[in-house]
Amino acid sequence: MKRRDVVKALLKKRGELLVIAGLGSTAWDITAAGDSPLSFPLWGAMGQAAMIGLGLALAQPKRRVLVITGDGEMLMGMGSLATIGVQQPPNLTVVVIDNQRYGETGMQETHTAHGIDLNGVARACGLKVVEYKDLAGAIHQDRGPHFAAIKVDAEKIPLVLPPREGALLKARFRRALLGAEADSA
Amino acid sequence: MWPEEIHRELSAAGVRVVGYVPDAGHKRLIELCQADKKMRAVVLTTEEEGIGLAAGAWLGGEKSVLLMQSSGVGNVVNVLGMVRECRFPLVTLVTMRGEQGEFNPWQVPMGQAVRPVLEAMGTVVHAPASADDIVPTVNAALRLAYNSYASVAVLIPQRVIGIKSFQEQAAK
Repeated sequence: MKRRDVVKALLKKRGELLVIAGLGSTAWDITAAGDSPLSFPLWGAMGQAAMIGLGLALAQPKRRVLVITGDGEMLMGMGSLATIGVQQPPNLTVVVIDNQRYGETGMQETHTAHGIDLNGVARACGLKVVEYKDLAGAIHQDRGPHFAAIKVDAEKIPLVLPPREGALLKARFRRALLGAEADSA
Repeated sequence: MWPEEIHRELSAAGVRVVGYVPDAGHKRLIELCQADKKMRAVVLTTEEEGIGLAAGAWLGGEKSVLLMQSSGVGNVVNVLGMVRECRFPLVTLVTMRGEQGEFNPWQVPMGQAVRPVLEAMGTVVHAPASADDIVPTVNAALRLAYNSYASVAVLIPQRVIGIKSFQEQAAK
């Protein structure tokens, strides 16, 4: 599968979905699918995408939260799967776009290229592992937390960059989610 | 007792999410937060996760606090870069080791580096000098963080926590 096709399909009918993307390729992927103020693409903080998703899911229990991140980013924050497993947020889904490579640094192989199984880790941590075909239901309605690591081709594709400034990305997200009063909260 | 008073300050400020890596010095405060139905106490595998947790909670409109021991400060350094770049408000309560009377030499290097490390990453450091000063300092830290979108750490001194030996720590 092609990563951009997968991410476009996941975000096609996103509605009020809140989206966090890990740094690098998945941040470009969600931007290629159409930038939104309700997307928070990371440019750093490697390893924290799933935890930002957890914090958001706890703060917004009535909304659905989707984290889209890469295998290298997820490996750096693997402990967060244990933390999510303890909290069991029903409204959180974590999707790993797994190309088995560190895409931004020269396509070096990650651990998943050597058989390390992120779905197995997530399952052992108490997340519900779902297949690609069942992801739409998992993301938008079923009781989570859900997890899916989806194998995609290791390809170099054009960058599609979201805004870079962190304070802007934060402020636009809060304004879109919480309304203009968030500016003076 | 200062843990009860800190809990009251957190509650009055509307803190809803409490991330923590346990420390003997935070034992009572963690119990109070766990027992508080308006708070979600989140046990972390590493302190770094607490920064992501706090950032996500603020994106969703909720205030949080992060509890850790001084050794945890070393685990959050890179992610404090996100806090600064995004101007996320953040309150971290750090129980200090490696200060006065430390019995474990492995605690000393990180304990002594806490202030310069935090300041290098743009976090404002408040260090109350005595037990009486802790609660007003936490109050001020909450206001600075959430009124001014700052990252603020309160260092609770080892002298106040008063752990002097392994035996004493194990008994706490």
